[in-house]
Amino acid sequence: MQGNKIIGEAAIRAGCRFYAGYPITPQNEIPEYMAENLRKVEGGVFIQSESEVAAIHMVAGSSAAGARSMTSSSSPGISLKQEGISSLAACQLPAVIVNMMRGGPGLGNISPAQGDYFQATRGGGHGDYRVIVLGPDSAQELADLTMDAVDLAGQYRTPVMILADGMMGQMMEPVVFKEPKPRVYPKNFIMKGAGSGKSKIIRGLILDPLEMEEHNWTLDRKYKIIAQKETRHELYKTDDAELILVAYGTGARIVKGAIKRLREAGLRVGLFRPISLWPFPTNELRDLSKRIENFLVFELSTGQMVEDVRLALQGRARIGFHGRPGGVVPTPVELANVVMRQYDRKEGIIDPIT
Amino acid sequence: MMKKVFGRPRSMKGNIFHYCAGCGHSIAHRLIAEVIDELDIRGITIGVPPAGCAVLAYNYFDVDMIEAQHGRGPAMATGIKRVLPDRVVFSYQGDGDLAAIGIAESFHAANRGENITVIFINNAVYGMTGGQMAPTSILGQKTTTSPTGRKNVLDGYPIKVCEVFSLLPGTAYIERCTVNSPASILKTRKAIRKAFQYQIGGLGFSLVEILSPCPTNWKMTPIDSCRWIDEVMSKEFPLGVIKDVPAAEQKKRDEKP
Repeated sequence: MQGNKIIGEAAIRAGCRFYAGYPITPQNEIPEYMAENLRKVEGGVFIQSESEVAAIHMVAGSSAAGARSMTSSSSPGISLKQEGISSLAACQLPAVIVNMMRGGPGLGNISPAQGDYFQATRGGGHGDYRVIVLGPDSAQELADLTMDAVDLAGQYRTPVMILADGMMGQMMEPVVFKEPKPRVYPKNFIMKGAGSGKSKIIRGLILDPLEMEEHNWTLDRKYKIIAQKETRHELYKTDDAELILVAYGTGARIVKGAIKRLREAGLRVGLFRPISLWPFPTNELRDLSKRIENFLVFELSTGQMVEDVRLALQGRARIGFHGRPGGVVPTPVELANVVMRQYDRKEGIIDPIT
Repeated sequence: MMKKVFGRPRSMKGNIFHYCAGCGHSIAHRLIAEVIDELDIRGITIGVPPAGCAVLAYNYFDVDMIEAQHGRGPAMATGIKRVLPDRVVFSYQGDGDLAAIGIAESFHAANRGENITVIFINNAVYGMTGGQMAPTSILGQKTTTSPTGRKNVLDGYPIKVCEVFSLLPGTAYIERCTVNSPASILKTRKAIRKAFQYQIGGLGFSLVEILSPCPTNWKMTPIDSCRWIDEVMSKEFPLGVIKDVPAAEQKKRDEKP
């Protein structure tokens, strides 16, 4: 099944009943899948919106009305959605946002890239907030993490982003959809009309600075809980490794191919793959630095996640970097050659970034 | 025994309005609340206030309300209404909100024929931010960003929202009213009532534009402001029913037995 369609199917299985989106390559199969399939489900609503901006606010409205909601786009469109994502965070409304990243900045191109890491993991829009960001690296994870995203959004009443790229969206792999296990979460925020009772307000406007500060700390407490409980990562051939490559998503797939070749050449290399990009698996990565001195970060960008790696390792290990921005996807062989060049096997020292 | 003939609508909270003296918002709020009471829909109504002077509308309406970012009310209302089609959903928008930053959301909600009601407050100026030029400021009108008067060559023309929206087949009912006299207030009340009734009947998108005085930013007395609506503003924005599809269809049916 194709990556984009997997996301659509997984969302529907996880109970998503509202989707609004605007066409943009390379994620068009998501709205197309939803147009065909979500409308067949009872209560399912699909809207092709007039813009990315409208889509995210439709999602906010539907979420407030109690639907599990999703929108999807690619880099330039995600920039447009940031107003609404900030608003969702402020109003504590659940929603899933899929970003099939492409080359940027600006219109860039439509090739796979990872240049939106900063935007995704630092909130993205204005104000003090975070978004849970999950970075799948396979068709199976597209399915699993999309389903989890719907649940996480509901549990924490916060926007959750699936951060993948054009390659993940277009590739075909077999997939098994897991049984949905909806997490239990309170639904008292849902707005359905006051009935005979007290009326409700959902708002992000808090004019009193002290009250606003309290709201900021309330959100922050929630983010701290998420940071404690929701980190995810994968360790791949790290047990005997002398050098750890750090990569996510499509980058991690290339790394796995490179590791095969490097190990054939006798170099003991492993992979640390963050799956949750926010919260970043800081402690888990730091643990590795207790016994391993060399790390090499690989990204399809000029270097964004590498900053989180540096924050995690806090100078306890040498960190190298290799990046291919702009939609260039190197082969595992190319990456393996880069590792050979940057890593001094004799001395056991990676060429560190300065 | 004394009989109560006038009181606060059930659908208002009773908080004191923050609006300036002579502002039309408070009258529009009250009319909407009265209509909600009259139609007995308080419990199933969800309102979407805008960014602008009416951003705090949820402090006054005693119905469920969810704030929209500037201009996004109709998108939000669309999301709510599609999930809860049996609720009454209205967005409350100013001229900047509807005709400038949110023109796309408003236009397309209308074009989809979303079964929602838009109450559009047109005071020809950005009120909350201090009197800048609005998309509906009339030619020659002095504002803080058109200090020598709005000029079409530099600033474009005032947008006639009702007339433009009435061209969309998705719209069912569009009327322009004002609140500058007791008679016009009663007329506006009737228009709001009709708009909500049409929504309840599932007849489609309804929009009521209200020419509304803004003495503070027009730098006029409240009385002069009311006069300005009569003498200047309503010449640019003619009052009346612009479109009433259900009524027109009814008329056709009546004529053809």
